[in-house]
Amino acid sequence: MKLYLKYDINKTFKSVLEEQLNKLEISYQINGLGEVEFMESVSIEKMKELTTLLSIYGISIVNDHKTQMVQKIKDLITEAINSNEKVTTNFSTYIAENLGYSYAYLSSLFSKTTYTSIENYIIITKVDKVKELITAQHLTLTEVAHQLGYSSVAHLSGQFKKTTGLTPTLFQKIIKQRKKLG
Amino acid sequence: MVRDALHIVLVDDDEDDRDFFREAIEEIDMDTTLSMFVNGQEFLDHITIPNQKLPQIVFLDLNMPIKNGLECLKEIKENNLLEKLSVAIYSTSSSEEDIERTFVLGANVYINKPNSFKKLKKAVEEVLKVNWQYHTSNLNKENFLLRV
Repeated sequence: MKLYLKYDINKTFKSVLEEQLNKLEISYQINGLGEVEFMESVSIEKMKELTTLLSIYGISIVNDHKTQMVQKIKDLITEAINSNEKVTTNFSTYIAENLGYSYAYLSSLFSKTTYTSIENYIIITKVDKVKELITAQHLTLTEVAHQLGYSSVAHLSGQFKKTTGLTPTLFQKIIKQRKKLG
Repeated sequence: MVRDALHIVLVDDDEDDRDFFREAIEEIDMDTTLSMFVNGQEFLDHITIPNQKLPQIVFLDLNMPIKNGLECLKEIKENNLLEKLSVAIYSTSSSEEDIERTFVLGANVYINKPNSFKKLKKAVEEVLKVNWQYHTSNLNKENFLLRV
């Protein structure tokens, strides 16, 4: 006995993709065929897992060198700032040595793909850490300035205000009130 | 690397302000698409259609008929499906009270409508670029507050 099948290849592809993506428990959105958008950042482990899961179905992830380099730079910065050691790293040397490319090359690549510079990204990440420390961990500005390698509280407050448009104190107040509401 | 277009929404009842905003967006060197609505209700009706592609950021005027910016902000924040949407308040009011209140209610950005085209372009560009970082990096979106 022979069986003749009719199928919709697009539908098949989409179902397979959804089934595998669901296994990762990451929120995502399929933007038409061949493009998936993750709604949160995805760890390297999960990307590896997904690559394996999809390869069984002959689906491979297109990932270019530039995207990967930018991600690595961001990871290095985040890691350095989030480590509990005092931040004193000279970032340009640190990044260049870790990735094995000249800082000038990495810096230009970063600016071309992210709408910001590495220097500015470091500031954003640091300020993001300041926010966490003053709201969730209730550290004083003096303690935060010391931990994140700011030369003084004034320097920290100045950078915070310049980056967010708010003083650290007003920021704390807003987050506190939000929590009361929520 | 090809950057995806940034999908932007403006909700404002004033036609001149909408034109002004659109021109600013067009002059900014970023790949963007812009949709506009004239009040909060129109925007919410549109955005809650199932499978609607969500914008990354919505600029909300505060003072609008039918549904004003504050009510719209509250509804956005109550809707889990709109969790990822950044909300920028775009208002003529520069009262500290309005600024604080909208931030407490969940707004991410507060922009005073600038009085010159140059300033508007600069302010919107800054907001879009910072917002981009929050959408593409591992930053804590809950702490995304920016006053321009």
